[in-house]
Amino acid sequence: MTERGAAIPAAPLRKPRFRVDLWQLGSSVFAALALLPVLAILWLALFPEENIWPHLISTSLPGYIQSTLILMLGVGVSVFLTGVSTAWLVTHYEFPLRRQFEWMLLLPLAIPAYVIAYMYTDLLEFAGPIQRSLRGVFGWELARDYWFPNIRSMGGGILMMGLVLYPYVYLLARAAFLEQSPNQFEASRLLGNSQFKSFLKVSLPIARPAIVVGVALALMETLNDFGTIDFFAIKTLTAGLYDVWLGMGNLGGAAQVATTMLTFVILLLSLEYFGRRRQRFYQSGQRFKEKVRIRLPGKQPWWLTIFCAIPVIAGFIVPVGLLINLAIIYFDVSWTSEFRYYALNSLMLSSIAAVVTILIAMLIAYTRRLHAHSRKMLIVSRVASLGYAVPGAVLAVGVIIPFAAWDNWVDSLAREWFGYSTGLILSGTIFAVIFAYVVRFLAVSIGSIESSLSKVSESMDMAARTLGYSRRQVLTRFHLPLIKGGILTAGMVVFVDSMKELPATLILRPFNFETLATHVYQFASDELIGESALGSLFIVLAGLVPVIFLSRTISRSNLVRPTRPRD
Amino acid sequence: MNNLLEVRKVRCQYDDTTVVESVSFELREGTLACLLGPSGCGKSTILRAIAGFHPLKSGEIVLDGEAISTPEYILKPEQRQLGMVFQDHALFPHLSVFDNVAAGLHGLPAKAKKALVHSMLERVRLNGKEHRFPHELSGGQQQRIALARALAPRPRLLLMDEPFSNLDVELRETLGVEVRDLLRDSGTTCLMVTHDQQDAFTFSDKVGVMNDGGIEQWDSAYALYHEPASRFVADFIGQGVFLDGRVKEGGIVETELATLRGKAPRGCKPGCPVKVLVRPDDVVHSDESAMTARIVSRNFRGSSYLYTLELESGTKILSMVHSHHNHALGEQLGIELELDHLVVFANESRVS
Repeated sequence: MTERGAAIPAAPLRKPRFRVDLWQLGSSVFAALALLPVLAILWLALFPEENIWPHLISTSLPGYIQSTLILMLGVGVSVFLTGVSTAWLVTHYEFPLRRQFEWMLLLPLAIPAYVIAYMYTDLLEFAGPIQRSLRGVFGWELARDYWFPNIRSMGGGILMMGLVLYPYVYLLARAAFLEQSPNQFEASRLLGNSQFKSFLKVSLPIARPAIVVGVALALMETLNDFGTIDFFAIKTLTAGLYDVWLGMGNLGGAAQVATTMLTFVILLLSLEYFGRRRQRFYQSGQRFKEKVRIRLPGKQPWWLTIFCAIPVIAGFIVPVGLLINLAIIYFDVSWTSEFRYYALNSLMLSSIAAVVTILIAMLIAYTRRLHAHSRKMLIVSRVASLGYAVPGAVLAVGVIIPFAAWDNWVDSLAREWFGYSTGLILSGTIFAVIFAYVVRFLAVSIGSIESSLSKVSESMDMAARTLGYSRRQVLTRFHLPLIKGGILTAGMVVFVDSMKELPATLILRPFNFETLATHVYQFASDELIGESALGSLFIVLAGLVPVIFLSRTISRSNLVRPTRPRD
Repeated sequence: MNNLLEVRKVRCQYDDTTVVESVSFELREGTLACLLGPSGCGKSTILRAIAGFHPLKSGEIVLDGEAISTPEYILKPEQRQLGMVFQDHALFPHLSVFDNVAAGLHGLPAKAKKALVHSMLERVRLNGKEHRFPHELSGGQQQRIALARALAPRPRLLLMDEPFSNLDVELRETLGVEVRDLLRDSGTTCLMVTHDQQDAFTFSDKVGVMNDGGIEQWDSAYALYHEPASRFVADFIGQGVFLDGRVKEGGIVETELATLRGKAPRGCKPGCPVKVLVRPDDVVHSDESAMTARIVSRNFRGSSYLYTLELESGTKILSMVHSHHNHALGEQLGIELELDHLVVFANESRVS
């Protein structure tokens, strides 16, 4: 070690470092934009032009909250029971068609809740085929001649949402069960617990964090839903928000209802957060390849097949069958030039949203990689990801507030200076719709791209940098070819989710502008379910694409697992 | 000759944790040097700082007379003209071997590029593999490609981060020698980081032993082994035990094995207790010796045995003995102490 101290002349200094990091600046700006709607809601809820809090609290708000709670509780229990039981069966028992069910149980995920609600309504309502044939068989004539459950009710809503949302729980619970060491379960059996007791006492508690995350995600979707509760006339907070904003035109009131919904969101987010934190300790991330599945004696395995078939049939096969049937019957009335125009609108909005979302997600994910140890970038990425938990209707109100304020400001300036009205620039344009889509679906993209990036070793970046490539070049030349897959997945998911999105689109779309989703909603609201079937079918087909991708990963992981005859 | 690289009183932090504290060293052109230390000692951080990936809290890094890193300024890594080789090879998986090696050759005409890549591949003895992809090559081959890639643009300085740690023991040594000879032939200056002293000794002219964010000793491998400057270095490098001793008049140190002549630690008055480093090769087996110790464990190493011996007082020492001398456990082994370098530390404090 040599130290010569002051004897060394200071080496020539280069220009001082350019302090502003454009990557970080860009990421922070986009994160701030993503946070804008939530802040706007809180601002307007706290300082409304016209305070309707007292009015809301004394009239409709308690009812909204009560229905929301009942709906969430019902859906929560339903997705928990369906998701956990099916996940447990396919991971721990051997039964006919088990391997097919592993991926088929995901299929209902492709169907938006409002579409399944329309289908079952069509099937079960007074004029529907079931009641018609019952009347035919028993000779009843009027509705009061017999009792038949009304699908358009709270119970129906819970049933519908449970059917399409349980896959969230199934997916996470299945992964958690697969990662459990068979030894834990066997140890419990040896300690004298029965199979069921071992499940309750060992496997279920270990999988609990994952299940909590799954239920939280399903409930976020429940809170997000507008199509179903509107059609079934369930007066939840979302319905209340539409009443206050579209019915009464009271933006401040809408912001106040939205704030109430945000407390639910915060609750769900903390639930998810704690679940994920625990997951790290409870789940090893390692799969035990030799999972020995229990084979029940005799014909009993068939009961398991039937059990697993119920959610698949009820949640996918029946509604899709009805949908195809209706789409064919009503094809000539549905396949119009307007319809093709709506489809084109959906395609355009979803594609733009997907591309924009991916670009922003890539910027944020890569900046986070560049500043791997920076707590600031972690916060930036988390803030940018918040949108997925914010219900579409709430988000829409949050987008309107700042956009309308901006439009009014520009308009008044223009009129003052040039005597010319600029009208609406941002609000009531497709820009607002795309903005909402991007905010809402940024989380999925950031997550997907971050996880692809994390698979590329950090030393590859350093190697490329020392070989003379700038940070931008490292991204475009070396990362892009490697993370193509993750980017495509992210883009596909955003595309499909934008396609299905209803609540925000309804509020934010320009006047007379229709997408497939709003078209389906409009027709169904007018009791024209048959005429709307073709649109629904398109949406479901699009929704199937990511689900099939997911299924393929699942069935491929099955192929890898050695299949030895066991008896 | 001038110093190519000067690291001056560098301090680095992660958040609020200081991982490198006041580290200084210099590399002359053509030197093969190494930073050696246990994991978490800050050696990789220094390497990253030299490459421009980690900011400095204080101090400066000077390359070729130009300050490339100071607390106020960082020259971008891509402008430093350094080469870097990593533990995981870090080859670009989507590029062929040819494109990997050519990755750092900017603005070269295609013909010259091709010739240069071929000559680089020849030097690492992998000609003919141009069109292969990294995953088709073995670990050793991948590392040689990584080396060719780093050397192709003629870097001013080559940095290697644990380059041999992913390879199996045998390959590690042959590749180490191969790389050393290649770098010597091309006159490349290189700084390597490793936790493995064998790697460090095979490879380098100079080794800096690091501990806890600082360099304990910057010296040749020989000096590190035989004249360690601190207890940490003595412990970390090679094997050995510390015998209790006492300083006597006239620079003599008395231990229970022998009375030794040599330099007593500075500031040690006669009578003060000291620790004497005894390496396994300092304890020589001799059947005629009057001094014996009981064998408590033995470890066969092929060409030698490493015996653990217990002295009468219960103190344990290590002895390296030719493997024909096969003695059973519990036997009394005749030993002599042959200490060419007396390494003495005052109890606890660090003196040389």
